[in-house]
Amino acid sequence: MSPRVLLQPLAAIAAATALASLLLAALGADPLLALGALARGAFGDAYALENTLVRMGPLVLIGLGVAIAFRCGVWNIGGEGQLYAGALAATLVATRLAPGAPAFLLLPAVLLAAVAAGSAWGGIAATLKVGRGVSEVLSTILLNFVAVLAVAYAVHGPLQELAATYPQSDPFPEAALLGVLPGAERVHWGLALALLLPLAGFLFLFHTAAGLRVRAVGLAPEAARYAGISPARETVGVLLLSGGLAGLAGGLEVAGVTARLFENLSPGYGFTAIAVALLARLHPLAVLPSAVFFAGLASGSGAMQRVAGVPAVTVQVIEALVIFFSVGFALPRRGA
Amino acid sequence: MDAGLLALALATARLATPLAIAAMGELVAERAGVLNIGIEGMMLFGAFAAFAVGVATGSAALGAVAGIAAGVLLAAVFAGFVLGRGADPIVSGAAANVLALGATGSAFRLVFPPGQPLPDAPALSDLVPGLNPFLALAALATVATGVFLARTRAGLAVRAAGERAEAAHAHGVRVLALRWGATLFGGACAGLAGAALVLWISNTFVEGMTSGRGFIALVLVLFGGYRAGRIAAGALLFGAASALQFRLQAMGLEIPYSLLLMTPYLLTLLVLAIFAGRVRPPADLARPFSARE
Repeated sequence: MSPRVLLQPLAAIAAATALASLLLAALGADPLLALGALARGAFGDAYALENTLVRMGPLVLIGLGVAIAFRCGVWNIGGEGQLYAGALAATLVATRLAPGAPAFLLLPAVLLAAVAAGSAWGGIAATLKVGRGVSEVLSTILLNFVAVLAVAYAVHGPLQELAATYPQSDPFPEAALLGVLPGAERVHWGLALALLLPLAGFLFLFHTAAGLRVRAVGLAPEAARYAGISPARETVGVLLLSGGLAGLAGGLEVAGVTARLFENLSPGYGFTAIAVALLARLHPLAVLPSAVFFAGLASGSGAMQRVAGVPAVTVQVIEALVIFFSVGFALPRRGA
Repeated sequence: MDAGLLALALATARLATPLAIAAMGELVAERAGVLNIGIEGMMLFGAFAAFAVGVATGSAALGAVAGIAAGVLLAAVFAGFVLGRGADPIVSGAAANVLALGATGSAFRLVFPPGQPLPDAPALSDLVPGLNPFLALAALATVATGVFLARTRAGLAVRAAGERAEAAHAHGVRVLALRWGATLFGGACAGLAGAALVLWISNTFVEGMTSGRGFIALVLVLFGGYRAGRIAAGALLFGAASALQFRLQAMGLEIPYSLLLMTPYLLTLLVLAIFAGRVRPPADLARPFSARE
């Protein structure tokens, strides 16, 4: 591995942080105080660390899907909507369809429903693309809005708690909840999946024929066609796969972290995951450290706001700049 | 005309205005070969700048100018990466949108701390009753863009840059310079559209207030088959749909609010499903060009 592989992402992070600090100083905030608070809020103690790990899970899953889709030249910007679709389906199963089922049935059913719903949401974009020639960029973006509003509708309507006090679902029954890891307060078993799936993604992408087809379509769709690969089929495949991963992230979020469905369930995991994948240079294994970085940003942002008075949304500026610097200076150009 | 219908027509024109202005900018950019999905963020940048400057100076006109400038600024960042560095336009556009959400969100909270009363934005008053300057600008932009692209030498060069960049270059067209210009024009239009949201339609700023209008403008360009007049007609159609939506809400119809909010996105998806396959985008759209090669 050449040192450039590590150097470029680190340079992107450094440049983004420096630029964001300048902007903060221009707006009258103290950047050093803010960044210190951010780092402590992300990694400073056990509580902070758990908070970061909890946020890392969805970023790994969705980021992995985004990395695989982008490798295929499929611009799935719809992770956020696919996450909401997954959370919605998981909640439907856990609180309405089979709340009384035993854990060994209910939990798998909840997570499978989440995967299926995320896949279906990605599948809509795939159908529109292959069947009607609609760019997946536009359809996945629009489907994000639809999914978020569908969840809003559900928690104000059919899936609202029986007490009908707040716009939220009933709590998940015990049998539909993921336990926390031994010794942890909040980190649940979903983290194990988040640690294993990048390895599976790596093996898939670089050591299977299917993974080769995905990469071939991304690198040179015409050449792939001559080799007998159907770009349309691969497109559908990666949208179902990345949608399913995002849906799983949504299911794990409700079954492992919140135990309920409500609006604003995700702090933009689906969008941050794009930055995760790009900083990882679309490498499945690199998605892990990349997700740690962005999860740290998200979990430290609250402390930054309390201590330094810098709004938490400022981390989105860093996120955007990391994307810019990653694609402007590090990613191999498409087709190159 | 009865009063209800007139009100609906006025609301339609008002809601169509930012869509039409932003779509004209995107039309020119795409005709030059630059796909800019960052206009959503440029619109938001323009909205915040229009609000901040409008409130600070009390002048809606200065607010509108600031909106344009902010749109151009973010477009320049986008163009610097896409045209200057050959970065992928989709990813860069998405980054521009995230940047706009984060930057306007932080600046808004730092300049207007939560908990303190939020001042109203100044309103740009009508030229004559029923004709707001923003509406006039939207009409002007439609006609000017249509004429420019179809009937001027410069417009022909823009289309050549988007259609056959290499051939245009061989004929002495400065492809990269044109693409820069078209992208900045697109940013200016998006910024102005954002200013219209603040200085005419809602008179305040809310985080993320563009809520997908930039994306709808993108779809309108396809829907209109890359022709200015048809794109403006599409904007009016969407304006009418939104106006009807508000009307239904005001009538207290028993439709859940979130489902009403969903309609423009579903309508946009439907439009895409019907029209996307029939439209041929510029052949060199989103293809990088370098004169050195």
